Amino acid sequence: MSFQPVKFYQTGTFTVGNRLLPAEERSVQASAKRFNSLNSGHRACQGCGEALGARYAIDAAMEATHGQLICANATGCLEVFSTPYPETSWQVPWIHSLFGNTAAVATGIAAALKVKRLKGADRDVRVVAQGGDGGTTDIGFGCLSGMFERNDDVLYICYDNGGYMNTGIQRSSATPPAARTATTMAVGPEPGNVFGQGKFLPAIAVAHEIPYVATATVADLRDLEGKVRRAMEIRGARYIHILVPCPLGWGTASHETIQIARLAKETGLFPVFEAEHGELTSSLKIRKQVPVEEYLRPQKRYAHLFGKQPKVDVIARLQALADRNIRRYGLLDFDQ
Amino acid sequence: MEKPFAITLDVGSSLANRTGSWRTFKPEYLDRLPPCNAACPAGENIQGWLFHAEGGDYEKAWRALTENNPLPAIMGRVCYHPCEGACNRQQVDESVGINSVERFLGDEAIKRGWKFDPPAERTGKRVLVVGAGPSGLSAAYQLARMGHEVEIHEAGPLAGGMMRFGIPKYRLPREVIDAEVRRILDLGVVLKLDTKVSNIADSMKVGGFDAAFLAVGAHIGKRAYIPAGDATKIVDAVSVLRSMEGEEKPMLGRRVVIYGGGNTAIDVARTAKRLGAAEALIVYRRTREKMPAHDFEVEEALQEGVMIKWLSTIKQAGEGTITVEKMALDDKGFPQPTGEFETLEADSVVLALGQDVDLSLLQGVPGLEITDGVVRVGSNMMTGHPGIFAGGDMVPSERTVTVAVGHGKKAARNIDAWLRGTAYDPPPKHEVATFDRLNPWYYADAPKTVRPMLNIIRRQSTFEEVQGGLDENNALFEARRCLSCGNCFECDNCYGVCPDNAVIKLGPGKRFKFNYDYCKGCGVCVAECPCGAIRMVPEEI
Repeated sequence: MSFQPVKFYQTGTFTVGNRLLPAEERSVQASAKRFNSLNSGHRACQGCGEALGARYAIDAAMEATHGQLICANATGCLEVFSTPYPETSWQVPWIHSLFGNTAAVATGIAAALKVKRLKGADRDVRVVAQGGDGGTTDIGFGCLSGMFERNDDVLYICYDNGGYMNTGIQRSSATPPAARTATTMAVGPEPGNVFGQGKFLPAIAVAHEIPYVATATVADLRDLEGKVRRAMEIRGARYIHILVPCPLGWGTASHETIQIARLAKETGLFPVFEAEHGELTSSLKIRKQVPVEEYLRPQKRYAHLFGKQPKVDVIARLQALADRNIRRYGLLDFDQ
Repeated sequence: MEKPFAITLDVGSSLANRTGSWRTFKPEYLDRLPPCNAACPAGENIQGWLFHAEGGDYEKAWRALTENNPLPAIMGRVCYHPCEGACNRQQVDESVGINSVERFLGDEAIKRGWKFDPPAERTGKRVLVVGAGPSGLSAAYQLARMGHEVEIHEAGPLAGGMMRFGIPKYRLPREVIDAEVRRILDLGVVLKLDTKVSNIADSMKVGGFDAAFLAVGAHIGKRAYIPAGDATKIVDAVSVLRSMEGEEKPMLGRRVVIYGGGNTAIDVARTAKRLGAAEALIVYRRTREKMPAHDFEVEEALQEGVMIKWLSTIKQAGEGTITVEKMALDDKGFPQPTGEFETLEADSVVLALGQDVDLSLLQGVPGLEITDGVVRVGSNMMTGHPGIFAGGDMVPSERTVTVAVGHGKKAARNIDAWLRGTAYDPPPKHEVATFDRLNPWYYADAPKTVRPMLNIIRRQSTFEEVQGGLDENNALFEARRCLSCGNCFECDNCYGVCPDNAVIKLGPGKRFKFNYDYCKGCGVCVAECPCGAIRMVPEEI
């Protein structure tokens, strides 16, 4: 596990902070002096999971590097809502790359910093590249795979909301099966995104046998911060994949963002784990297992499964995916 | 203004973009009423004092507790804790052991010698309190803290009322009563023992009192007509329990039959067992489910070897025997005689059929209204006679120590207002923080701490206290199981989960506020607040 759970029975392990915890046991987000790397005034939708996930991750990285951080950012929602030129919400040195080359841009920055250090610069500045699932799993995949195999000293963070949301909710290779998007409408014999396509990039990253790969969600802040902290302790290529619900694209109420991410993890549909050098080292256990239906039903992108005749066969296939994740990543703690 | 090509905004931070204008609903912090507080007959702010206990500040917790109830060490032993029955934590695992933490705080206060703060100013008004039971003590305490001069006239030889003369020692050690009474007297309250008020109007005139609070309790055991020979010993439960406080312990014999199904019946049976009775048999006309005694007390009595004969009435008492008739419940749940009889051996029969109030002191007071043997009072606890208030067992209500303490407090507030020529206007109650307002995900599983129990042999032969207390470690653990329903406990969740950084952290003890310049009204903070202390309200346009 990437973090030490706080055994504190009011709330401690699960809330952001707690007045009774010593400051060092609270999360980065609990601090009144957190960096707020992504500041107020950004144009993300109400209840945006990506805005939240980005602040969680970059604040944690800033904390781990004592503010010595440069971010490269792929085109996508995150870039569009945070930085409509000439205004920006970022309070970190930040560069906007093309849609597909942010891993390569980050590699270049890391190389430049290496040269500066060789020439005597004493500051240890670290590099983070970030993008959405479109810029990472589809368009930027080649550059990312190159960064992995060269083991460049970059932490790449993918904020996965399962589609191209700012251009109008088109399918990406991270869109889950059966989900409706603008390009996978809920029509025909297999409505929504088809089964058997797409990819789970964290597994591909593990296959590159890079030093560190992890997944996280915006529902488990302490786990997420622990993983960023761990990643910053390591040199070389690192990859963190964060599930960030999109109220607009998923068709959920703006206040449900964290609840939906929590259900994705608790059903097993989104496995939360970490791996080092190609081997699974830990997984965040399911606390209260629930059937996939509880995750699917609140989302309008799955509304076609819950018509007058619920599509039990499709729901069963999704449940099978969750069950496979539970087996594959050891998501149930049988000792509990 | 000259700007470069394709630029319409000034270069700078997005802080210029006030996204708060998108909002149609806005979040608002509020306090909701925790269900424990709503259920407490003494009106304690339970969540409020647990909040301090959670931080380990037991003195502050005790001071917050005693705002409403001056007898926490007693209450932590004898209260039937309706708060725990209402506790939202039951739906997560088990209710918070509020009663055991209360006892811990009460015992801690006695151990450390904490005192009540004296009143800031004196009003010069004099109030007579009749009866030094829980209700009278509670009223005297509250009135003294408001600056009034209080005199308690108690007919008995010691203070405590039914707490001393009705509740057995093994549930409430007498040192605890003495310590908590002494602390109230230290506030300047005058206690006159062995002073029976035979006429309230005379006593008020003689003592120059401006108002009176009557809390004489209900001490007269109810009788039932049982045909009996001269040789049978028939006594009532109240006098048995009262004589336990005197030099001469009651002589009940080897086989004791107790008639009745309330907590008093159980108390007498357990007392008889401790006095050496070989058999203590409770005869009750209905079933266990219908029994008014609390289930845990029935259970403890059964553990100690008390026997209970359900669905039976005593028809006759002879020499060394009684005759009981079996009963059967009818469709409406009322017991009906069956005509089947049985003879049992009994050296004595104790009647535990409820108690009546001695109302003789009220003779000649105009305006008083008495119905069913109890005094009628208004919602302000005042009787039909202006300036005379009443509470506790002598007014219509549930007869428990906690209810009595609540009456005393309520009466004191109204007496204070009446003495100032105004009326007490209770502040409006917050809406109740029901379980559906909470986000239980955030609370880790933590089972209730079980209090130690005295071993069974000692329970059958001595009057040592049956239930033990918590120590500091597990009291702290237990306090921290509180969900803090409806009241912010500064977990930082709203501050952390806001995607727009629109929550401002004000620092320890100061909670949070919203920055409405940037709050888009998404409601994530409301959904993720563990304790339900935020709500969404429509924005006024």
